Amino acid sequence: MADEILRLVNISKSYDGTVALKDINLYIRRNEFVTLLGPSGCGKTTTLRIIGGFEEPDSGDLLFEGKNINKLPAYKRKVNTVFQKYALFPHMNVFDNIAFGLRVKKMNKDLIKEKVERMLKMVNLEGFAERSVNSLSGGQQQRVAIARALVNEPDVLLLDEPLGALDLKLRKEMQLELKNMQKTLGITFIYVTHDQEEALTMSDTIVVMNNGVIQQIGTPEDIYNEPKNAFVADFIGESNIIDGVMNQDYLVTFMGKQFRCVDKGFDVNEEVDVVIRPEDIKVVSPTEGMLGGVVKSVTFKGVHYEMLIEGQGYTWTVHSTMMADVNTRVSLDIQPNDIHIMKKGRVQ
Amino acid sequence: MKKPWLAYPYAVWMVIFIIVPLILVLFYSVTVQTEEGLQFTLSHFQRFLDPIYIEVLIRSVVLALICTGICLVIGYPFAAILASKEFSSKKVMLMLIVVPMWMNSLLRTYAWMTLLERNGILNSFLSLLSLPRLNILYTESAVVLGMVYNFLPFMVLPIYSVLSKIDHSVIEAAEDLGGNAFTVFRCIIFPLSLPGVISGITMVFMPAVTTFVISRLLGGGQFMLIGNLIEKQYLSSGDWGFGSALSVILMLLILCSMGIMNRYEQERGGGALW
Repeated sequence: MADEILRLVNISKSYDGTVALKDINLYIRRNEFVTLLGPSGCGKTTTLRIIGGFEEPDSGDLLFEGKNINKLPAYKRKVNTVFQKYALFPHMNVFDNIAFGLRVKKMNKDLIKEKVERMLKMVNLEGFAERSVNSLSGGQQQRVAIARALVNEPDVLLLDEPLGALDLKLRKEMQLELKNMQKTLGITFIYVTHDQEEALTMSDTIVVMNNGVIQQIGTPEDIYNEPKNAFVADFIGESNIIDGVMNQDYLVTFMGKQFRCVDKGFDVNEEVDVVIRPEDIKVVSPTEGMLGGVVKSVTFKGVHYEMLIEGQGYTWTVHSTMMADVNTRVSLDIQPNDIHIMKKGRVQ
Repeated sequence: MKKPWLAYPYAVWMVIFIIVPLILVLFYSVTVQTEEGLQFTLSHFQRFLDPIYIEVLIRSVVLALICTGICLVIGYPFAAILASKEFSSKKVMLMLIVVPMWMNSLLRTYAWMTLLERNGILNSFLSLLSLPRLNILYTESAVVLGMVYNFLPFMVLPIYSVLSKIDHSVIEAAEDLGGNAFTVFRCIIFPLSLPGVISGITMVFMPAVTTFVISRLLGGGQFMLIGNLIEKQYLSSGDWGFGSALSVILMLLILCSMGIMNRYEQERGGGALW
């Protein structure tokens, strides 16, 4: 592809016999906002560190604009990183921190000053140039870290859970700011997070990982609406995952009842995972629905109520703007196109 | 938890064993015993201005500086290797650095004498290889060697402790921003390790400038250092007044050098062991 900037081919990595990455294949386009998403220990940070040049893959190729850069040391790569805990230079002030990369390149002093000031303005830290980095708040340190990386005008910016240490409100603000920066500057962002909401908000492409294996690559909409397997479904938003048997195309049995669905292409009587989103379940009176149950708890979540409804040994999670009283008998109504059928094997 | 009475025993200790002796030394250095009793005098300090004594002080300082310099040159890379992540036998090495300190330094210095003797192990080895003998025992080199051997751990340990505390991601960040190994060391690692270097320098320089055992054994009494001079005033000449004056001068010297060091450290915003 013409606008491809980075490609990982069969990248594997293990530490002391523990597999961290297994045959990772991934390509990243120019100006794309890619998020590596997964639980801790899924290999997302290792992937980022291999791209940054801090780790070498055991096998496989890392291609930058078509050229293998496996052996290229970090300081020669046109890639910059925003580290998880910012990793600012504690013995330097804000200006010197941001100017570091430019000074290493022996850039003209006036030009450095101009560039650093422009960066400070962009991250809303004008007037902070002479401040010691230790006197800044978490959010401000974060901005310095971003400015320090972006001032070098990298082709690719790597961000390793950069908002993890910030409070919710600040995190939301920074998410939007980062997204805006990425759009205006036209830089490829590779963003690592375990926060699925963050991933859905910011990304052009999400790469869901688990146990060192890529589970699914797609747009936020794809990943949310068409999760490839039960792991993705469960990790991206909450899900009810039930064992089921596929009777034939468009017909599935679970909880002892047969349901119509929109999936096909499974073997006859193949065991499958049935995934149903909590917001896709309607709570109706006991006589109307398909599956009976008793409301076990109701929690107010702001926009909706979260109800746990027990029926036939399974506890359903249901999100609804309507509330049913605890201990009342209800019934669940599920539409065919809200039933997602997935091949077995939630942990690969 | 505010329990000021917990500090009282220590306060008493400090008064008895630190403040009172200091006052006594100061007192002896400015008084003289005459027939009419004790009298204030600056004659002890005046006596020090004799070129012979000034020379002794300068020699002590120069030897201590050489020793500190050598310790720094040997100790810094050593500490850096110990602190590096890849180095696996770290604990054994740290142990080996500390173990000699459990032994009496007199004993260790005697050991060096047998090594360096005219017919000692070093020379036997050299003649075995048909190389010329080295007669370094009772020279300045032997004194410096003994000092470096004895005081090297005091340089390595503080530098090691500061280096191993440096956040590795800071180093990665510097590499990420285009710094090669040399730049990363010059701009990041070394400045961040300065507090350790400064406390290392202080901890080596102080015992080196005041030593009298090493200079007497390995210098064979030919090298009068300030420590030996003070020792002589107290033990053989019985001139407590002059001995105290010398001690006060030495203390002022150390105080000044520490003051300069601390000021430098504060400018850098550091803070380590000392």
